[in-house]
Amino acid sequence: MIVELGHFALILAALTAVVQAVVPLIGAHKRWPAWMAVAEPAAGIQFLLTAFSFCALTYAFVVSDFSVTLVTNNSHSMKPMLYKISGVWGNHEGSMLLWVLILTLFGATLAWFGNNLPPSLRARALAVQSLVSVAFYAFILFTSNPFLREGVPPFDGNGLNPLLQDPGLAFHPPFLYLGYVGLSMAFSFAVAALIEGRVDAAWARWVRPWTLAAWVFLTIGIALGSWWAYYELGWGGFWFWDPVENASFMPWLLAAALLHSAIVVEKREALKSWTILLAILAFGFSLIGTFIVRSGVITSVHAFANDPERGVFILAILAIFMGGALMLFAARASAMEAKGVFSIVSRESVLVMNNILLAVACFVVFIGTIWPLVSEIFFTRKLSVGAPFFNMAFTPFMVLLGVLLPVGAMLPWKRANVLRAARPLLPALLLAFALAGLAWSVQSEKSLLGPVGVFLGTWIVVGAMVDIFSRTGRGAFGQRLGRLKRLPRADWGKAVAHAGLGVTMVGIAGLMAWEQEDIRVVQTGEPWTVGAYEFTLNSVERVQGPNYISTMGDVTVRRDGNFVATLHPEKRAYPVQSMPTTEASIDYRFLRDVYVVIGDPQNDGGWAMRIYIKPLTNWIWLGCLMMAIGGVFSLSDRRYRVAAGARKSVPSAGVPAE
Amino acid sequence: MKRLLVILALIAAPVWAVQPDEILDDPVLEERARDLSKDLRCLVCRNESIDDSNAELARDLRLLVRERLVAGDTDEEAVDFIVSRYGEYVLLKPRAGGTNLVLYLAGPVMLLLALGTAALYLRRRQSAPKTAEEGLDAEEQARLKEILEE
Repeated sequence: MIVELGHFALILAALTAVVQAVVPLIGAHKRWPAWMAVAEPAAGIQFLLTAFSFCALTYAFVVSDFSVTLVTNNSHSMKPMLYKISGVWGNHEGSMLLWVLILTLFGATLAWFGNNLPPSLRARALAVQSLVSVAFYAFILFTSNPFLREGVPPFDGNGLNPLLQDPGLAFHPPFLYLGYVGLSMAFSFAVAALIEGRVDAAWARWVRPWTLAAWVFLTIGIALGSWWAYYELGWGGFWFWDPVENASFMPWLLAAALLHSAIVVEKREALKSWTILLAILAFGFSLIGTFIVRSGVITSVHAFANDPERGVFILAILAIFMGGALMLFAARASAMEAKGVFSIVSRESVLVMNNILLAVACFVVFIGTIWPLVSEIFFTRKLSVGAPFFNMAFTPFMVLLGVLLPVGAMLPWKRANVLRAARPLLPALLLAFALAGLAWSVQSEKSLLGPVGVFLGTWIVVGAMVDIFSRTGRGAFGQRLGRLKRLPRADWGKAVAHAGLGVTMVGIAGLMAWEQEDIRVVQTGEPWTVGAYEFTLNSVERVQGPNYISTMGDVTVRRDGNFVATLHPEKRAYPVQSMPTTEASIDYRFLRDVYVVIGDPQNDGGWAMRIYIKPLTNWIWLGCLMMAIGGVFSLSDRRYRVAAGARKSVPSAGVPAE
Repeated sequence: MKRLLVILALIAAPVWAVQPDEILDDPVLEERARDLSKDLRCLVCRNESIDDSNAELARDLRLLVRERLVAGDTDEEAVDFIVSRYGEYVLLKPRAGGTNLVLYLAGPVMLLLALGTAALYLRRRQSAPKTAEEGLDAEEQARLKEILEE
């Protein structure tokens, strides 16, 4: 019964979305306030209906209602409650429902808190947003309905893939969707502005928080996924350049570019049409990502549902929205007159450079991702593009970005003198060179990767510190230190996020350059050494888990005879899915991880063991966390809080402000 | 993300990536084998190198690489041998010849195009004449000012 109500609510939400997509658009065109005003209640109703529908599906999972096909296929009565709930979005249909839920949540947020927007812009943005939801409601209802019932309900379900039964992964998809779908707001605003034919500083100020929020969510989502891969998959890789990973990475790169170009629009009224184009493309790449994950056109290690019909549907959505938006762009972009005048050496131009590097890097990832498909269709040349290609093609852009970032961040607007602006950075540069030299001389292999990473990381992190300190103006050191606290949060956000990028770069370079690996057969009780560490496999036991059986090793780690840690690597077998997983056991430390994996028993009674010493690994995710925190600081800056809702009550129109 | 290894694990028994019995006694050869393995694709997996993969076929390929190296092949000869057997598909980094030039040149060409466009744009912005205000009426101007000044 509740399931049917959920199904019904979803259909109602779809109908509401149709109304919201049509009426306000006409209203805004004809300047009919009543028609425009339809958008707000409609957005709220759409969200509540979809939320109800989502709750109904969650309920079916929680009570293990196996008459629902989706629950049968993805859940099991023995599963822990957390994974029953995360099972709701651990599959194609449910995750699409989560997708529209978030879409309507953003729409409703705009309706509830967007009181300070011009009514016509708000009506149009909400209508465009709703147009996107109409497409996705249709997709769900016609090709991937989560509420379908089973004719003869089975006694128990098939269970959720054991790899997905993990707290890190339970929250990975929702964050990614918040990010993907958050970019739909930027898209809606861009299209609405094109219809209005006007983009100004205020527009950028409305768009930027949404983009920032989407980017923060994407950052967290990608980091969670990467961290999960690191500890769950058993060889400690953190990024595979898999099509589906690229699908989340491309919108991230474009959102980062959009964040920066929106600043130029906001502060200097330039780069308008480019910013609009970026907003359209960023959401376009979110749609492309959805297409890649769900169509199975591009083979990926973690494709979702390989159903051509669904692929075609999403491709149609993609074609309609991108085609429509880009046509509108072509027709209207020339109306976006730039106002700001600036010199070639200025903050504006380095932000242009930032945009070029991020956008072209995204383009490179895109080409690499679709090239196997293109090559096979057009040149009948079946080939693969994998991590070695991407590492080679993508890294130079990030190195260049890293080199330019600290200088760019210090340049003033309009007209700048590079030498004068960069002078305070001299200590950062010297320190970066010194540390890179140290890394070079200490490392055993003569590879540039590690030292370059250390250089970039130091340069960016110390550069960010110099940058924030330079914001405190002149005066005694103590005075300036005191002023640090009173700086706008946006300044702190910028410094923390930039430093985060540096930390991530050091982490990636350190891990890739200095990782140590050891694979061998081990007898219990016989110690062996890897790097500076000594390992002993004390025993191997069988352990019964809640819904799995585990083979668990007991490994003692010592360094110079001193006890470091006891680790318990496991091999788990999940009987419901008859599927094994390896659970690496990791001793996390600030400067290195010790990563232990147990393999198969050998004929001579020994065990295959894999040990990795992974330096600086946690810095990768620490840096991502810093980037996200920087984004949140920026988001909480006073000017956005003011712009995004808490408008001072202006008695009536026409009263001059201040 | 990473509904990974799902399919993989179904295809393959729970073996492992590089196993102890595969490792060559000569550390230099072994190092070369590992480096080569990282650029070769496990054909039955999705986008994984044979160095990372658990599949049986990946193991066969790893052993084959080592066999060739032990037989005295150079790195290129060993890779060529495997490509001649399994096709270009086995390379994770496609060869930069023929139509693949598009793949390799797309990035640099796009970068140059973007830099060129940006240079033109920046030159224009240096001296853009002040255009007429874009039809903001007094009320809108006031509102804009209010927003911009917090």
